[in-house]
Order: sequence, then structure tokens, then C-alpha cells
Amino acid sequence: MANKAYQRVYTKLEALTKATVTLRAKGVSNDELAIVHGRLAQVVRTKGDLVTLQVFSGTEGIPTDAEVRFVGAPPTMRVSEQLSGRFFDAYGRPIDGGPEVEGEEREIGGPSVNPYKRRQPSELIPTGIAGIDLNNTIVSGQKIPFFADPDQPYNQVIADVALRADVDKIILGGMGLSNDDYLFFKHSFEAAGALEKIISFVNTTEEPPVERLLIPDMALTAAEYFAADKNEKVLVLLTDMTLYADALSIVSNRMDQIPSKDSMPGSLYSDLAKIYEKAVQLPTGGSITIIAVTTLNDGDITHAIPDNTGYITEGQLFLRADADSGKVIIDPFRSLSRLKQLVQGKKTREDHSQVMNAGVRLYADAQNAKTKLENGFDLSDYDHRCLAYAKEYATRLLSIDVNISIDEMLDTAWELFGKYFSKAETGIKQALIDKYWKN
Amino acid sequence: MAKTKGTVTGIVSNLVTVLTEGPVAENELCYINSGDTRLMAEVIKVNGNYAQIQVFESTRGLRNGETVEFEGKMLEITLGPGLLRGVYDGLQNDLTTMKGVFLKRGEYTDPLNHETLWDFEPIAAPGDKVAAADWLGEVKEGWLPHKIMVPFSFKGEYTVKSVAPKGQYNIDHTIATLINADGEEVPVTMTQHWPVKVAVKAYREKPRPDKIMETGVRVIDAFNPIAEGGTGFIPGPFGCGKTVLQHAIAKQGEADVIVMAACGERANEVVEIFTEFPELIDPHTGRHLMERTTIICNTSNMPVAAREASVYTAMTICEYYRAMGLRCLLLADSTSRWAQALREMSNRMEELPGADAFPVDLSAIISNFYARAGMVILNNGQRGAVTFIGTVSPAGGNLKEPVTESTKKAARCFYALEQNRADQKRYPAVNPIDSYSKYLEYPEIKEYLDKTVEQGWVERIVEAKNIVRRGREANDQINILGDDGVPMSYHETFWKSELLDFCFLQQDAFDAVDSLCPIERQKFMLDLLLDICHREFTFENYEECRAYFKDLINLLRQMNYSEWQSEAFESYRSQISKFLEENGK
Repeated sequence: MANKAYQRVYTKLEALTKATVTLRAKGVSNDELAIVHGRLAQVVRTKGDLVTLQVFSGTEGIPTDAEVRFVGAPPTMRVSEQLSGRFFDAYGRPIDGGPEVEGEEREIGGPSVNPYKRRQPSELIPTGIAGIDLNNTIVSGQKIPFFADPDQPYNQVIADVALRADVDKIILGGMGLSNDDYLFFKHSFEAAGALEKIISFVNTTEEPPVERLLIPDMALTAAEYFAADKNEKVLVLLTDMTLYADALSIVSNRMDQIPSKDSMPGSLYSDLAKIYEKAVQLPTGGSITIIAVTTLNDGDITHAIPDNTGYITEGQLFLRADADSGKVIIDPFRSLSRLKQLVQGKKTREDHSQVMNAGVRLYADAQNAKTKLENGFDLSDYDHRCLAYAKEYATRLLSIDVNISIDEMLDTAWELFGKYFSKAETGIKQALIDKYWKN
Repeated sequence: MAKTKGTVTGIVSNLVTVLTEGPVAENELCYINSGDTRLMAEVIKVNGNYAQIQVFESTRGLRNGETVEFEGKMLEITLGPGLLRGVYDGLQNDLTTMKGVFLKRGEYTDPLNHETLWDFEPIAAPGDKVAAADWLGEVKEGWLPHKIMVPFSFKGEYTVKSVAPKGQYNIDHTIATLINADGEEVPVTMTQHWPVKVAVKAYREKPRPDKIMETGVRVIDAFNPIAEGGTGFIPGPFGCGKTVLQHAIAKQGEADVIVMAACGERANEVVEIFTEFPELIDPHTGRHLMERTTIICNTSNMPVAAREASVYTAMTICEYYRAMGLRCLLLADSTSRWAQALREMSNRMEELPGADAFPVDLSAIISNFYARAGMVILNNGQRGAVTFIGTVSPAGGNLKEPVTESTKKAARCFYALEQNRADQKRYPAVNPIDSYSKYLEYPEIKEYLDKTVEQGWVERIVEAKNIVRRGREANDQINILGDDGVPMSYHETFWKSELLDFCFLQQDAFDAVDSLCPIERQKFMLDLLLDICHREFTFENYEECRAYFKDLINLLRQMNYSEWQSEAFESYRSQISKFLEENGK
């Protein structure tokens, strides 16, 4: 994409910062690409004939007499079936030793879908993980992040989810992946024998942070090609969006913009929304589902990045280490899938939503009992039963290493209810109790 | 008059600097000719010959040197029959008639259909003296009487020369000819234009609200009622049920016209409205909900500047229907996204920032906007109202942030959504203690409630609130001292408040019966619950107390789920009285 018609070459830079260069040039269009000293850059500001360019790989070593050529077009990528099974860098260049992709050239970060033309998401995406399928069911066309502390195995979880999900294409957008995690994804995709339906765009920690800004647009342009042109079900994995937002703040800082909360740019909400809102159920049957990762600082969801994310996405999945069961679980209190009611009981068994609610409510009672225990109060019989239930519930249902069908999850929940509680204590509708209760 | 022209000299994202060749006005509309597309923009700052304009579209590919044409008017919308059932973007482009699945930059569509014929009936007669907003005739828009008015922009008094006879006309047909003070003839069609950022003031007076607007949501109608023509806001962290609560109000609100502004929110939520509303029936009229609804939809991925315009567009449509003597309800989700749009622009213009980098006049902008709501007496003595409820999405769920604080000064009702309640699935998660309605202090409203609900209703509400408050205090004590460390009465106090919480404050928005609770039923429930709270019970221990109230709560909730005065309802009612006779005096 960097080899466009030749334009005038400029050789004098007026200003340099760590991420941007400024020069005098004429006839430049907003958002267009340029090559600065052999590196890719994009126009971010023009003022009279002063043009500021954001250099994706950083400006280290760029001299004031660097050669600047304008490409004359915003960033593009080539899309075709040839993308399948390939690994690319942030600029869309192959990193797997394979040939360049041939196909139609498309602008990345293009327009959004007319909201009126969208369809309501209605297809279940089963993952085998009860913390998701039972309590926070994911629906095609949904956008949902994992909120996780950096020490949680979030990349393993999203790799599991992706490989189990019944979709036509999986597109990985890796931002600031450690080399080890990149290889982990590569190996798990290869081992699963699913490589031909996977496309990866990867920026590792070894590469400059600002390059990451291209990754989501690249991944989603590819996703739109398969979803809109080929009517396929596409699952996009974006990890880690916190590192993406950090890159945004670097650029805005270099451009002397006034930071808002947590030194993030004031446009953070719009910037993130532009990415997440690409998730869509199209009228022609194709869909884009986004599962992202937002790493937290010690579980703090009030930080600007998770906070803005939470207002944009359709829920969040919260990973937490559970001391009682010794497992990493999907926290049933802080996790939420806003679209779950579109499929629960409709695409799944009738007792789904009542069983889910009862399960979580009883787990909440166990937390109260635990608080009582910690404060040195006597526990009632009910409290003891709740605690025993909570441990088994966490191990057999909330833990991320579970891989069973939704019916099995529901049956497991009924088994636990029958083992620890009376019918009345579950508060489930009588008709369902009559049908499903297990002694 | 020749249009002022200009040339683009600078671009930062959607803020563009233009060298102008003539006079321009603040907020003047202009178009940039970029290649073969025309991009709409608005003047937001002028400095010497340079105007800074915010572009309502993506500025990708725009170049310095491209030409700009100023329109000599502000951002306007078109008002006329056919707005209801409409789905528009923030600039009133009809989203339903756009081609293609993806939005195309520079594609502007007409908000109203020019072909549709409307059944017109004249109201005014030749010789009548009329002024702006006076009714000239009427068409039926669905089942609503849609008045054709003297355009709001007409100044002074006019004499009606002629009015079209009863018949079918399209919106462009001249339905009346007026004569102005200078003797000139002015034709009037069914449509008119109005700049969205200017409040419509063509009414006689704006008195204090004196009626409540029923929503069927108990925690609102009973505990913190909103007046017809009142203002309220719902702040809450994400995942607390803001949108569900707003949708419930939209579905059930006692209003003739509902305008929903999806301002910078999720597109799938708007899709939910498209999918569900056409199926739903308005509980007050039995007609389809969509027939009285207009949706302004500028989702979070649509251009930021148009997001700012969207709330004004929505408000102007409400004011238009208010001038017809109708009751309008405007719901904006979320005003924080609107404020953020203001922040993004202010930031690009390099203005000195206020708190959290918001513009310093944020508070003034918000209160000006809220002030456009209200109940009015029209020139002909009839009533019309715009009730406004906005949601606020406070950063980090912290209510001490500029948008929440500024809104608190402007809105009269405050529905605080609480994370803690949401975590416990106590929906709607409106905090019963922190939330308030200033209208409960209005003597007019008190009198209205005395008359329509029951004598002393407000006192009963205050009493119920006190029970909830005392219950919270008792619960705090129990948590500190332990179940055995407090007297039995603490447990009883706590469980009485839980009774009110579970059976009155909590309401299932997804249940066909429970979701809509008319004020008559609210009165019945509150009377019953207060009666229980007045009783004194005797319990051996707190376990017994807990079990007793849990069973009682279960019965009352089952009653809530039963059709009003149905067989099931009466059966639960008698079970409850029997249950109460066994313990309690």
C-alpha cells in the first residue's frame, strides 16, 4: 500500500517530536499517508501549508532533511480469500514468509453501518465455558471485552473461545502482544488445525507502540470483507485494547492536546466506539462479533479505559482468581452480557434464565455468609449450605476450564440446587421445578 | 443575497479552519466542496477573516484550498406531518431511505415524504388575525391531530386571506395565504423550518407544572414523580439498567408523542427499538407505539459533531408538537456523550479547559437545554408540554463529575442508579434514599395528587421513604454488631424496609404485568404495604423473622405478577390476609 504514484519529494522538516514530524507542503489531504525517511506516516493536522504527520514507527533517527513523499491516499489494504490462514503486521505486510495478498484495495477505517439497516443479533455463540454460556451468553453481532488483571490467562481464554465458537472466520488483532503470546496464538491455531479460517494482524511489544493504532482498523476491514461481501460469521479478537488506548494517549500528548481523565485523550470514547461499533449483524446474514481484552490495573474498572469501554460494549466478562476453588473464574457479579436475553430460553432450554438467576443469587448469599464468617459471627445452617454450594458452583460451573454443553450446564446447576437447597430456597418458578428438580 | 465563500486553510480531525471572503455568523451552516462530495459543517468560532467550522462528517481526504459556501442560515430542521415513525440521524436525514448498508459520506436525505397525501381540514377562516404557531388547519398523523401552524419564524400579526378547503394535499401544497402588516401575501405550506439551537417561544406563558406524568414505574410515579412538562435525569454507572429504565418510560409514559434521542450510544440498542416498538401496543391508546414515536439516532460511531446536534434536533421536534397542544416526552440517552462531543471540539479549538477538560460553559449549555422543556399555555389557551428525561453516564460511576453536577443544577428530578442495587439484581436500581423529585414540594402537585390519588398521598410517600431509610440504618447496625448483637426490633425494622423494597420499589421490566403498574394499583400496593409496616409482630428469633418476611414477600411478588384484580390476584390477596392474621396485630 506504500507504493503509490510518485509525488513531489520534500526534504525539509520544520519540527520533530517523538511521534510526529511537521513540514511545509501543498495539496495534502487529511488522513493521507506519507513515507517519511522510509517510514510510514499519516497526516493528522494541516495549518496553512504546515502539515503534521504521525510517524507510526516513531521518529528516532529521522533527520531534519529527511525525504518525505506523500502517497495521496488514506491507509488501505488488499482484501480477498487469500487473507485466510495468514499472519500480517500492523501495515498488512505478511510476517509468515508467504506472498503478498492480491485482491481489491480497500480503505481501512471506513464508514459505519446505517443503524436502520442492522438486524437484531439473535444467534448464540456457544463457548463451552459455563461462566459465559450459562451466565453471560454471547450472541453473534455482539461486542464484549474480557476485563482482566495482567496476571490472568486472558489470551488463553480468548483462544479457547475462538476455537470452540462456531464461526466461519476468526480474525486476531494483537496489539502489544509479547512475542511468547504471539507464538502461543500461532501454535494453538496450528494445533487446532483451524489455520485456514484464521487471519492474524499482530503488533508485538518489540514493535513501536503507535503502529498498534492500525491493527483494529486492519482486522475490522478484513472482517467487513468476509461479513458483508461473503456473508460469513466472523469473530474478531482484539487483545489488548488497553495498550491500544495507551498508544492513543501517546499521540494526543505529542500533539499537545489537553488530556482528560487518566491522561487519556478527550476523544477516547469516540475512538473506542468507532472500533467496537463495527460489531454488527448484517441484513444479509453475515455478522461481526468482537471479543476484546481490556487489562485492568488491580481490578480498577473506574479507570478511563475500562470505564469508557463498559459504556460502549454490550457487557463485560470479568476474570478473577477464586481462592475457594483455586480456579480462575468468570465473576458472576461483575460480568454481564447485555444481549443474553435475546437467546436465553429462546435458543436454549426454557429454564435457562431462571436457573442462571437462582445460581447467581445463591452464590451471592454465599458471599454474605463469607463476610459473616470473616467478621467472626456465627453461621446458620443455611449459611453453611451456601458456602459448600459456592465452592462446587465455582469449580464445576464458573471456572474457565469447563467445557460442556449448555444443557449439561443447566443439569449441573439443578444437581447443585437439589444437593444443597430446598425447592423454595431456589425461588424458581414452580412449573420448572416440577419438570427439572433433581434429588 | 450572494452567499459568502471561503477556502479551507487548516484541518485537525473534524475541526476545519476557513479563510472567509465575506460576513459569516456564529453557528452559520456551510458546505465544503471536497472532490465530488459536499460536506455539511457549522461555524463555531470566528477570528478575523478565519472561521473555525466543525464538520458533521469524516474529513478524510479533505484538502487545504478546497472551497466552502456559507448558507446564510443556522442548522435547521424541517417540521411537518410525517415526523412520527421517523428514524433520523442527528441532522434529520432519513435513515430509512438511505441506500446501501454502509452510511455514505455526504449523502443527505429528505426528512419528509413529498408524495404522501394528507387529509386536511381547515381551522382558521379568512379574516382571522393570526401570529406564529397559531393553528390554520389540521391533518391526521396516524391517530394524532397534527396542526398546521403559522410558521414559528413569522413575526408580528398576520391576517388570513384564504385557507385551502377540506381535501387531500401533499406537504408542499399551499394550504393558506396570509397577509402581513405591509399588505404582502405570504403562502404557507404544511412544512416549516426552524434552527435547532433556538428555543421555540411562540406560546402565551410557561406556568409551573401542576400534574404528574405517569410512567407505570412505581419508584418514579410514587416515590419520585416527574411532572408533565418536568425535567429529570438518570445518572448511573454502566450495567445499572439506565437504558432498560428509559425504554420502560418510553413504552409506558403517559404522552402523546415520544421522541427518543440515541445520542452517542450503542447501535444495537437502537435496533432493539426498531425491532420491538412496531410490535408493542401503547397501553394508553391501544395503538402501535411506533405511531407516536420519532427516533433520532446518532450512535457512538457516527460523526461527533452530528451527535451534538442530535439532542437539539430532538428537542425542536418536541417543541413543534407541543405547539399543537400535545404532551411530548423527550428521552435522551445519553447527555454525557453530548457533553463529550462538546469537549472534543473545545479541545481541538485549544480553548482553556474547565474541570475534566470539559468546556467551561458546560453547565450553562446544559441548563439552557433543560430549560427548553416545560408545560406551556398556547396562544389559544390550550396546554402543551415537553417532559425531558436525560441519562448521564458518569465516568467511573462517580457522581462528582462535571456533567452530573451541572445536570443536577438543571433537572428537577434525580434518579440515582446504584451499582450496589444493580449487583444485587434489585431492579430498577434507583436508590430510594438519594433520589428525589422536587415536584413533591410543589403545592400544585400536592393538590393534584390529593385529588387524583388520595388525600395525604405525599405524606404517605414520605412515611414509606422513612421506613426504607430506617431499614437501611438497622441493616448497618446488624452488619456491625451481628445478627445476635441487636434487639429483635432491628430485624423487624430491616425486614419491613425489605418488604417495601422487594414488593414496591423493585419491578420486573421484562414481565408483561409487573412492568406497567398504574397509579391506582400503586396506591393499593402502598396502602397494603404500609398497613403491614404498621403492624407489630412477635418473633422468637431473627431466623423466624427472616423466614416470615421472605414468605410474605414471595406472596406479594406473586400478586405483583398477576393481572390487576384477576382471579389469581384475588387469591394471593386473600392468602396474604390469612398469612397476616397468623402473626401480627
